[in-house]
Amino acid sequence: MPPKGRIIVSDLYCKGCELCVGACPQAVIALNPDRITAKGYHPASLFKDGCTGCGICAIVCPDAAITVYREDLRARRAIPVGA
Amino acid sequence: MDTQEEVIVYARPDSLTKTNTHYCPGCTHGVAHHLIAEVIDEMGLRERTIGVASVGCSVFAYNYMNFDFVQAPHGRAPAMATGVKRVFPDKVVLTYQGDGDLASIGMAEIVHAAARGENISVFFLNNANYGMTGGQMAPTTLPGQKTTSSPSGRDVETQGYPIRASELLATLDGASYVVRRSLHDPKNIRLAKKAIRTAFEVQLRGLGFSMVELLSTCPTNWEMTPQNSLKWLEEHMIPYYPLGDYKVNPAVAEIKG
Repeated sequence: MPPKGRIIVSDLYCKGCELCVGACPQAVIALNPDRITAKGYHPASLFKDGCTGCGICAIVCPDAAITVYREDLRARRAIPVGA
Repeated sequence: MDTQEEVIVYARPDSLTKTNTHYCPGCTHGVAHHLIAEVIDEMGLRERTIGVASVGCSVFAYNYMNFDFVQAPHGRAPAMATGVKRVFPDKVVLTYQGDGDLASIGMAEIVHAAARGENISVFFLNNANYGMTGGQMAPTTLPGQKTTSSPSGRDVETQGYPIRASELLATLDGASYVVRRSLHDPKNIRLAKKAIRTAFEVQLRGLGFSMVELLSTCPTNWEMTPQNSLKWLEEHMIPYYPLGDYKVNPAVAEIKG
């Protein structure tokens, strides 16, 4: 099972350029039409499950707007099988 | 999910200020900014770095990078960096220049800084036009490329051929590390970050002049979406500006190994 991740996109920095949308290997990022930033852009956000926290969106983001979290796999390993 | 079970994979580097950049959406100047900031954070150089900003879109780098900066006249960043580095030899000095700045008005300064083997790191953003002033033809504009000042495409008969700055500077004995990288996909961005790190290592070891040329996009002036401009870069710029290491001093090769 791939690790679970999530991203937080800053409304301050995101300009809705969609580079993360095109780069996401899981295709789980899209611009969010329900949100609008102070500059008038629709910021990117996760629109469905499946983020693995790979961080590729953050690498291609020109505005360093994305913070990427991934579940700690050491914690998962500590849980005994069948528990 | 409980936050205690999570690790941060990526967060905005400390060496970037909390400022929204003036760059157009999708401009890869921002990618170059965060790569330089990440490397400076990782190497712990923030308190001893002095940047020299050029003229062009890159001029506001001093607002976005969270360390000391000075602003040079158009094209003169390598000359100013020479002075800064000679006065403060223990500081890390970088210049951040665009192609209109470095390859046109600043050609003399960059060539002589490299020929003298000044111990500075130059980051050269090549997006094949003058971005800030509205997309005019630059020395790096490709043959046949339409810009606002070459509306029927660059004609090499009258306007000459584009300058390959990395190949040119690699011929100089003073240059230790001259490479070209691209910012069009995650793999190449990672390679670019590695090259930026090597450039700083070269400077810290006193090995002389280092330059990383970064092929970059200009979606607004190329009149393309950010996605299409990445594709255009890959299909048109890379064949003319091949990626690679053009000068790696044997002493630098040891760092990489």
